[in-house]
Amino acid sequence: MSKEHTVSLGTYLLIGTTLLVLTVATTLIAFVNLGPFNAAVALTIATIKALLVILFFMHVKYTSEKMTGAVVVAGFFFLAILLALSMSDYLTRAWR
Amino acid sequence: MASAAIPANQVPEKKTNYLTNGYSVKSWLLTTDHKRIAILYLISITAFFFLGGFFAMLIRLELLTPASDLMHADTYNKAFTMHGMIMVFFFLIPVVPATLGNFLVPMMIGAKDLAFPRINLLSWYLYILGGGLILHCMLTGGVDTGWTFYTPFSTAFTNTKIIEAGLAAFIAGFSSIFTGLNFIVTIHRMRAPGLTWNRLPLFIWAQYATSIIMILGTPVVAITIVLVAVERLFHLGIFDPRLGGDPLLFQHLFWFYSHPAVYIMILPSMGVISELITAFSRKRVFGYRFVALSSIAIAVIGFLVWAHHMFVAGISLYAAMIFSFLTFFVGVPSAIKVFNWTATLYKGSISYATPMLYAFGFIGLFTIGGLTGLFLATLGIDVHVTDTYFVVAHFHYVMVGGVVMGFLGGMHFWWPKISGRLYPEGWARLSALFVFVGFNLTFFPQFILGYLGMPRRYADYSQMPEFQVLNVLSTAGASVLAVGYLLPMIYFLWSLRYGPLAENNPWAAAGLEWMTASPPPTFNFDETPVVTWEAYNYDELDHLKEQKEVAVG
Amino acid sequence: MADSHATAVEAAVPNPELRHHFADMEQQKNAASLGMWLFLVTEIMFFGGLFCAYLVYRSMHFAALAAGSQTLDIKWGAINTAVLIVSSVTVVLAINAIQNGKAKNTIAYLAITVVLGFVFLGIKAIEYTNKFEENHVPGAHFHFTGTFDDNGKEIAVDPHQVELFFSLYFAMTGMHALHMIIGIGIMSTLAVMTWRGRFSAQYYTPIENAGLYWHLVDIIWIYLFPLLYLISRHR
Repeated sequence: MSKEHTVSLGTYLLIGTTLLVLTVATTLIAFVNLGPFNAAVALTIATIKALLVILFFMHVKYTSEKMTGAVVVAGFFFLAILLALSMSDYLTRAWR
Repeated sequence: MASAAIPANQVPEKKTNYLTNGYSVKSWLLTTDHKRIAILYLISITAFFFLGGFFAMLIRLELLTPASDLMHADTYNKAFTMHGMIMVFFFLIPVVPATLGNFLVPMMIGAKDLAFPRINLLSWYLYILGGGLILHCMLTGGVDTGWTFYTPFSTAFTNTKIIEAGLAAFIAGFSSIFTGLNFIVTIHRMRAPGLTWNRLPLFIWAQYATSIIMILGTPVVAITIVLVAVERLFHLGIFDPRLGGDPLLFQHLFWFYSHPAVYIMILPSMGVISELITAFSRKRVFGYRFVALSSIAIAVIGFLVWAHHMFVAGISLYAAMIFSFLTFFVGVPSAIKVFNWTATLYKGSISYATPMLYAFGFIGLFTIGGLTGLFLATLGIDVHVTDTYFVVAHFHYVMVGGVVMGFLGGMHFWWPKISGRLYPEGWARLSALFVFVGFNLTFFPQFILGYLGMPRRYADYSQMPEFQVLNVLSTAGASVLAVGYLLPMIYFLWSLRYGPLAENNPWAAAGLEWMTASPPPTFNFDETPVVTWEAYNYDELDHLKEQKEVAVG
Repeated sequence: MADSHATAVEAAVPNPELRHHFADMEQQKNAASLGMWLFLVTEIMFFGGLFCAYLVYRSMHFAALAAGSQTLDIKWGAINTAVLIVSSVTVVLAINAIQNGKAKNTIAYLAITVVLGFVFLGIKAIEYTNKFEENHVPGAHFHFTGTFDDNGKEIAVDPHQVELFFSLYFAMTGMHALHMIIGIGIMSTLAVMTWRGRFSAQYYTPIENAGLYWHLVDIIWIYLFPLLYLISRHR
């Protein structure tokens, strides 16, 4: 994966700090009653954290290789298929 | 083709090739040459094929009579389980990718080797380790759940060696993953200059699509096997209904891989057929872009249809309808291939060498197998024929009539390149005939048996003695088929010593692999080729040949 | 990127790490990187099966899963999440150091990463021990008498289904811990190899690719934490 430039130390520390802040946030928000939205918020925060790691720590943002992005997207896409189509069975079993 | 042999007084000086480059056992067992690894796989996969065939023989012998008189029902369960496990995990999945794929992929793209040669060798050792485990498992009691390992029988009730068999499949799965990983990186990063995606042989497109499935699907069955093992060992009851678990979850996870797995099996064979049809009609393939992309389409859509194995298992009707619709959809790219191959034949200059005979056989038998898949996708019909011999006939038509025919066609086509020798054409055509006749006699009666209601995986059908006639026909066919498989073993081995030497390109075929010696040197090409032509440029090649002949004449 | 000066140097003296089937180091590096990403996709699908099981059972037995989740100590989960995030930072710092030729710093950062990995595993050991003592480990000794505390309301749950939660908990965190152990082994090996002078600014691909693996293990935990620990915490 060819990098156009090395990422600055400042950027790494900023992203790292952001990740820690988000961890605190998700822990605290869990104690607030948002009803059905607790799960959505927790997973959204988790996804933001994952994206930060993928884009900055794993350099996907900085690489000139398009394949890297395609491979990451493909991986999560097929995981989504596994989850969605399996749930299409479980969620509709009660239907008449 | 008679001119393909080199006259004895013109035999060229022997250059080193990949076979003569070291004779020690160590030079083979520690090789990183993709061609040698392909040979190692060829030998081991063939051995497992005949072992799986041995179990098939046991099954067919038992079914000659309605009563379960050859073996106890429990033993019969083990026989069909071992047949399935060995054929699926140790033959069908690796057969074309690990033998023809390993040998040809670097050569077809003008590379010196695969991207990760040491991982390639590791893949073979993993295959051998998994194979050793399955053999040991078999010899110490075997497994009786069917190759599908359904819960809760496999987790809570059977006393057979599930964990060992599961471990064997797990390890073989990693062999598969590493092969797929190697191919994808190689095809992306190591193509010769000028070899754009749209100039690639269709075999490469097919291997690429296959590799995508290997990477995405195999890990899911791996974790599923782990969960079954963990449930048996530590009572972590993920699938246990007594704990509120759902046995069907196992089936979802299992079939998420095992359905795309059948596309792992068929896609490489389809790639072979594309090569054979073009070579033996001396024509560019009709609709190259469509055939290439149809491989990718099969790989992607193949991941969307798995629950068609579960229509009567207890999934919701609405999910069943979704999966039924998607299953119809997945037939479209396969049909596109068949149409395009047929259109390629039209006005082609067709010759009937053995590889072409297998290609024709493939097209006919795969079409039947594929069409009967549509019957099974139809919910109403499936309720009637699921778990009967109709299903067994369907998948053997595509697996044997498809995958094995493609493999045999490919072995004959590339044998001169692999071994530097020509096989005896007369015996080869006879074997192809045995295979075709034997195959249809074995499996066509099974469509009828299934439709009439004979269940699969039953040792004893004495409640339905009228099925015996068709079963006897099927067993007779299996004997003919066995001869058809044994003959190539014999004459290929014979040709290694007594077959005429082959020149570089005995078929005058297009493709980079034919531009190097037969057998090739260890590093494939003396110089990396630069590609400026489209795939299957037979019109140009034959035009050039004509010009040369006219000039000489 | 490694600048044209480095390429000129390469052309003059081929890098000893260049394998014979590659044309140049860039092709080799790109191939290795793509290979590692593909392997990571297999890991995503491998854990994906577990996430699928989790999703299915959460939809079927929410109360029981929540009751089980409420017995987990959220502080350990949060601390472990922070530990892994910091370890991902030390990994990128290790790579940054070797890019600038500072091998000694690389060894230090890799060593810290390994230590953090052990901290993570130590905390998991504490949690597992607690679960064992509370008889929450699935199997013959499993015993659960709690309820699901839904915002003050006590909802009775089937202990069998709670056992299902703990099966998922141990399967998912156990598989994750196994991957951590492998990651620690890899990072330790790379630290030793760096100390032996194997890597430099011209060649550090294995460290980069191992870093990708480590980040993925971090990402998996980033999802495990809310899914297992934060199901229903509001009381």
